[in-house]
Amino acid sequence: MPLAQSSTSVPVVVNDDLCIADKGCTVCVEVCPLDVLRITDMADGRKTAHMEYDECWYCMPCEADCPTGAVKVNLPYLLK
Amino acid sequence: MDEIKEGIEQIECDVLVIGGGTAGPMAALKAKRKNPKANVILLDKANVKRSGAISMGMDGLNNSVIPGYATPEQYTKEITIANDGICDQAAVYRYAEECYGIIQELDSFGIRFQKDNNGEYDVKKVHHIGTYVLPMPNGDTVKKALYRQLRKSRINIVNRYMATRLLTSGDRVAGAICVNTRSAEFLVVKAKAVIMCLGAAGRLGLPTSGYLYGTYENAANSGEGYAMAYHAGAALANLECYQINPLIKDYNGPACAYVAGPLGGYTTNAGGDRFIECDYWSGQMMQEFYDELQSGNGPVFLKLNHLAEETISEIERILHIVERPTRGHFHEGRGTDYRKQMIEMHISEIGFCSGHSASGVYVDENARTTIKGLYAAGDMANVPHNYMLGAFTNGAIAGEDAIDYAADVDFAAFDEADILAEKTRVLAPTRRDDGVPPNQIEYKTRRLVNDYLQPPKVTAKMELAQQRLAEVRDDMNNAMYVSNAHELMRSLEAASILDCADMAAHASLYRTESRWGLYHNRVDYERNDKDWFCHTLLTKGKNNSPTSRKEAVKPYIVDIADDEKDAYNHQRVTAAE
Repeated sequence: MPLAQSSTSVPVVVNDDLCIADKGCTVCVEVCPLDVLRITDMADGRKTAHMEYDECWYCMPCEADCPTGAVKVNLPYLLK
Repeated sequence: MDEIKEGIEQIECDVLVIGGGTAGPMAALKAKRKNPKANVILLDKANVKRSGAISMGMDGLNNSVIPGYATPEQYTKEITIANDGICDQAAVYRYAEECYGIIQELDSFGIRFQKDNNGEYDVKKVHHIGTYVLPMPNGDTVKKALYRQLRKSRINIVNRYMATRLLTSGDRVAGAICVNTRSAEFLVVKAKAVIMCLGAAGRLGLPTSGYLYGTYENAANSGEGYAMAYHAGAALANLECYQINPLIKDYNGPACAYVAGPLGGYTTNAGGDRFIECDYWSGQMMQEFYDELQSGNGPVFLKLNHLAEETISEIERILHIVERPTRGHFHEGRGTDYRKQMIEMHISEIGFCSGHSASGVYVDENARTTIKGLYAAGDMANVPHNYMLGAFTNGAIAGEDAIDYAADVDFAAFDEADILAEKTRVLAPTRRDDGVPPNQIEYKTRRLVNDYLQPPKVTAKMELAQQRLAEVRDDMNNAMYVSNAHELMRSLEAASILDCADMAAHASLYRTESRWGLYHNRVDYERNDKDWFCHTLLTKGKNNSPTSRKEAVKPYIVDIADDEKDAYNHQRVTAAE
């Protein structure tokens, strides 16, 4: 069967201005039990963490362990 | 990103521990400390720093057996009664004897337990008979404290590799086949002993929110341990005794009989009236909860708004920070203030988890499974009502036994063809150009679990489940499609979930009686102690589908008087009260 892409609003939000992925930090990506975060290139060439897959247990290690307070975990829309 | 690479590597070790949550780190530590020369590998599909059910910590110990408050005899009796008599007491008794030593050891790691003004452990009464609940004021530090110990003991940690199948040689374990969750590269681990600590099968039923990952259990716990044990030929016990917990409606936070109960909170119906005598869960309590939800008195609520401000602040401080830190955000979003409103409750989706029921891989008091050299501990091993302290204690027992076993044996030879066959199975969804993605396979499986397998259990519905699940399996085997390594991990999880659904249906159909209250309420059969005072053991049958048999409950080592047996049976508040 052919595939389609459907949009979803994701619970984990990263503040690009605070994120230090550019300096090599990958703490949030490493600690996520469901491995849903990734580092990506932004339009201006800097790097930032972001939520790549909407598969979140909203357990919060990414927010708790982020050294700069850049990560915010919201509740997934379906259950909030 | 997450590009699929071809590759396979082989390593070997004395003891392989699969799963770095709670039981796993303790198993690895104990094995290594008993034999510092041994090579002990701790493998996790996530990162051991934050993996497992206690990812963010835990609020307290539910089942501590502390001298002066409880005895191993009393605890063993309590758990036997709570589990409707179906319980091999030797493992429960051994846990009860050894868990105090583990508490002291955790204390030495820097994990603190609440003490009163006299410096004694401040143990609270929640259960029907004994006193076992011990709060943990710095429960958020558990994983960090464990990780420090793992590094200090030089345990080899392998992160982001998911074990997919065990390797066996005759009746012995020989190792495990693993796949990298970000590159799909294979890793074959030859091991003299393997300890499985993969947690609950928590992604079996679908939560009320419909969000696949909004489960009671850490959503990473998708039942690989159960599926791998099954495919290796190990016996699994009492899978029909599901895990179902009272939960906040739509949110996966527990009702917290342990936290709110000792401080004066309780469960009510919509009228604010108590309807159960004791909030400590059991199948019988869940049946009353379910009946009230379905009745004209429903839904069910957690009542705190009668409590004093300082008590409510204390409950918020505990419940909103450690085990479920988003709990406060959830209530805020809905405008629920514990001071003013009651909190709407519901029951969780079904799962396998012996930490909260009895459904697990069959083990003895040494954490040995029915396969030589293969151990299981924590939520996936069937020592009933085990919780976090049970995972630590039985993990320790497994680690110490496994390292002795490994010292006396050489590596078991296995068939190389098994590796090739597994590689073919795992990579099949990557070899197609399109098809059904794993999230749809998973959603459909779990929706069928809700429609047909969750209690009340009806024979005709469960047979329909088997037919429909076979259709999903056909789609999974012939049409599942993944585009990257991350999705490949999800496809393997979907396969484990489907295996668990098949096992849940088979085990539930096999036990033709009602037992454990709601957990195995087969509405077309009465309770039948004469024929069913036994375990049910499920294994993989000759035709590659589940088969079940009865196994006698071992003679009790702690006697239960006749008038004590139904302490958990009378849950409903009577009209006179």
